[in-house]
Order: sequence, then structure tokens, then C-alpha cells
Amino acid sequence: MIFTQSKPIDEVLESLGEEKDIFLLACNGCVEACETGGEKGLAAIKGELEKAGKKITGTCLVDFLCNKMLVTTRLSREMDKIQSADSIVILTCGIGVQAVSKVVNKVVHPADNTVSLGGLQGLWPSDERCQACGDCALDYTGGICPIAFCAKGLLNGPCGGAQDGKCEVDAEKDCGWQLIYERLEQVGRLENFKKIRTPRDHSNMLPSDELRKTSFYDIEA
Amino acid sequence: MKLSKCFQQGRFVITCEVGPPKGIEIEKLINELEPLRSKADAFNVTDLQSSVLRVGSLATCRLLKEKDLEPIMQLTCRDRNRLGLQSDVLSAAVLGVDNLLCLTGDHPKLGDHPQAMPVFDLDSVQLLSAVKRLMDGKDMAGNDLEGRPPQFCLGAVVNPGADPLEPQIMKMEKKVRAGAEFFQTQAVYEVDKFAKFMKRVGHLKVPVMAGIVLLKSPAMAKFMNANVAGIHVPDEIIDELSSVPKEKRVGKSLEISARLIRQLKNLCQGVHIMALGWERHITAVLEMAGL
Repeated sequence: MIFTQSKPIDEVLESLGEEKDIFLLACNGCVEACETGGEKGLAAIKGELEKAGKKITGTCLVDFLCNKMLVTTRLSREMDKIQSADSIVILTCGIGVQAVSKVVNKVVHPADNTVSLGGLQGLWPSDERCQACGDCALDYTGGICPIAFCAKGLLNGPCGGAQDGKCEVDAEKDCGWQLIYERLEQVGRLENFKKIRTPRDHSNMLPSDELRKTSFYDIEA
Repeated sequence: MKLSKCFQQGRFVITCEVGPPKGIEIEKLINELEPLRSKADAFNVTDLQSSVLRVGSLATCRLLKEKDLEPIMQLTCRDRNRLGLQSDVLSAAVLGVDNLLCLTGDHPKLGDHPQAMPVFDLDSVQLLSAVKRLMDGKDMAGNDLEGRPPQFCLGAVVNPGADPLEPQIMKMEKKVRAGAEFFQTQAVYEVDKFAKFMKRVGHLKVPVMAGIVLLKSPAMAKFMNANVAGIHVPDEIIDELSSVPKEKRVGKSLEISARLIRQLKNLCQGVHIMALGWERHITAVLEMAGL
């Protein structure tokens, strides 16, 4: 599941500026669970916008705004109300906003911030555990990712900044390299630590152009 | 002159840390180092220490060089990717810098620009390898450098007070393999613990310079104990510093540091003094320590 937080209403209003007639669109998927969307989120922001003097030309709930086909079909029924509005305020993740903006030729305003790609049954497409570096080091670090768990993404061991096993950046956070060290010791693979890891190839993080063109990947396709 | 020459001569090597100013008036810094000319072998110039914006290390190193003071340029991985780092290493060679100290660097969140993007494209081990490679005439991508390659004495850091210590030592071994020729340590106050550390890393056969931070007050000692990784000022030292009236505190502090240096002298190959604004007292400490 993708996790989101509502933007402060002042931020949304600032983004709307002089635009008065607003179409409200909310996803009924992940944001429903976060209460940053769905019926509840939609009702909340409708009240706020009306209180600020905005006119709501229409509202619409779509199960998955990240699904372009669904968005196209569902919004075709609302097109008049959408076109009569100055802009669309959308309660969804960053992907949903991009999908809508591709389907409708209208200014879009996200009302949520995407904070994590979270996890779905059997999946965890989240960069707090995996940053999709394209050169997985987990085999050598005992199954704990040094890029995701070390604040500096160091590949060859801890910096000198950890104190009592906690990160210099956040005393609530464990030092990733301490976790890796303990794990390697536990599984009898401290030898792994001694290998010098060469610098990352950041070009690995860019999906190939081929992949970008597939219908599985691309919201434009 | 390369610092490695000092170690080869079998001398007890002395370096001092210099923090460039936050602003362009750098004369004060240069003037304060003048009395140390005959005492210190070289001066570490920090690279945006504690992630606080200041004048850069390279420019300050060059100014020291022009005054015939030997600089050690500190180079961190925090602010530059591999292109920036390699370029600055070449620039350092062009400007006459002979000594480089390669470190990871503090996270920007700890400094005065916490919004900054942390780079860390390389880590300290990879940075040492990259510089070593430049010294062999090739860049990280394997391209040849034109003409003669740069030559440096490479240094690195280690924290002997870290707990657990073992990962620090394993990383120190990697740094030696990557090209580090000497080490400077985090501040040392516990001589016994440091002696054990030196025994543990004896097999690396690399010169180690013990870090000395001058204690300005008991409060500073307590602050470091609570907030600085790997530093532990024992209660006896804090009590000793608290035992004298305020006006005698400077003298007491210098006495404590001088005593530490005398005790450490037989355990390691040098001391690295971090005066943190008390540069004017370094000469006195060294004299009290018999150096």
C-alpha cells in the first residue's frame, strides 16, 4: 500500500490561488485506508474548500487513480463538470496525480503528500527498505540493505558517528552498519565485511527506455 | 612536504586542526598559526566541519602553503560526487597540497544547512581508492590522466572509542588496503583503552596519531560524553578540572592535555591537536608535554 499524508489546507489554497470553480477527485484505494482520500477525505476537503469560498463543480471517487484505464472510463462521465471547473483537486498518491493529469487536460492540484511506497500483499515496493539501486548488496550484508538503512548509504562499514548503536542523524534510528555487523557475526559471515565494495553505478537506477515504453510501466502507454 | 616523511624520520609527529572561518576574513586564522610554525609538523584544514558552511579547505590549504605552513587537506564525501572529488584532488595537487585526509564526513542534518542533499556518492574507503588510482595515473572510469600523476600522502581517521570497536577496526583495515598511510583518531582521554586499541591494530603497521581535544570546561566534557560518538572523558578528569576556581581552569586544562600527551607518547606515533578556538594555548600544552 502506498502511504500518504494530507497537505495542510493552506498549502492547497495557496496552490489554487484565484481559481474558484473546483472539481474534486479522490482515489478510493490506498488513500482511503490512510483517510487522506476516499469518501471521508473527500468530504473533509470539500468542507474546507467551501469554507474558503470555493465552488465545487462536482466530485468523483475512483477505485484506483493509478489505473489509467479506470480513470479514463470513470472520468468520461464527469467530463462536463470537469471542463467547467478551473482546476482539479486530487486526493491520491503521486502516481495517481500523474495518471489524471495525463487523461484530463486540466490543471491538477495534489492534496496529499506521498510519504512511502509501502507494501501490498506479498510486495513491498518501498524505498525505505529498497531503493532499487540496481546492484543488490544484500547477499554480502546479511540481508540488511546498507543503502536503505545507513543515513549515508555507505557500502564499506560504519562512519564514526554512531553512538550506542544509534545513527548520528536520528537517535531513534539504529545504525544500519551495526545491524549488518551483528547479523554477519550471527550468521558467521564477518568475512563479507572485509571485502571492499566498489562505488555504486547510479545509472543502474534509471529504468531502461524499453521498460518505460511497456504498458505495465508507463502511464502514458 | 609529505607527512609520511616525518614518520619515516621516526619523529613523534604533531599536527593541529584548523577550522576555516565562516566569512572571508581569514587573516586571524593564519596569524594564530604563526607561533606554531616551529612546533607542528602540519595543519589539518577541515572541510566544512560539522556540516557548517565555511571557507573551503583547498583555498585555506593554499594560503597556508604560501606562508610555508604545511597543510593536510581534509576531504569529505558529503558534498561532492566522484567528479567533484576527483577534480578537487587534482586541483589540490596543482596548488601544491601534499597531504590528503579522506573521510566520510558528517551528515548535513547535523549542520547549519540541514535541508541540503547528502551526496555520499563515495564512502571514505572508495575515496581513498579513487585518489590512489589518480596517483597511478588513471581516473575512476579508467581513463588515463595526461602527464605526470599527482602524488600525495594519504591519511584517514578511526574512532578508537567506538562501541563496538570491531567494525571500526575492520573498516580501518580496508582503509589501509585502499591506500591510507597514517591515521588520526577521535579525541582520546582513556589511555588504557587506547593502549589496547593500539595493540589490536599493531598488525596494520601504520602510524597512528592520537586525537587531543583541549577541554574548555567540565560542561564541555559532559556535553561530549553525551553527544559525541566514541568520546569518553572519565569522571576523574572532569572532577580534576572542576576542582580549581574558574580563573585557573585554563591552566588546569592545559595541564591535563599535556599529561595525556606524555602518557600517549610511548603508545603511538604522534598527536593530532584539536584546539577548537584555543589555538593560542597549543604552544603551552606542547611545551608542558616536553615537546
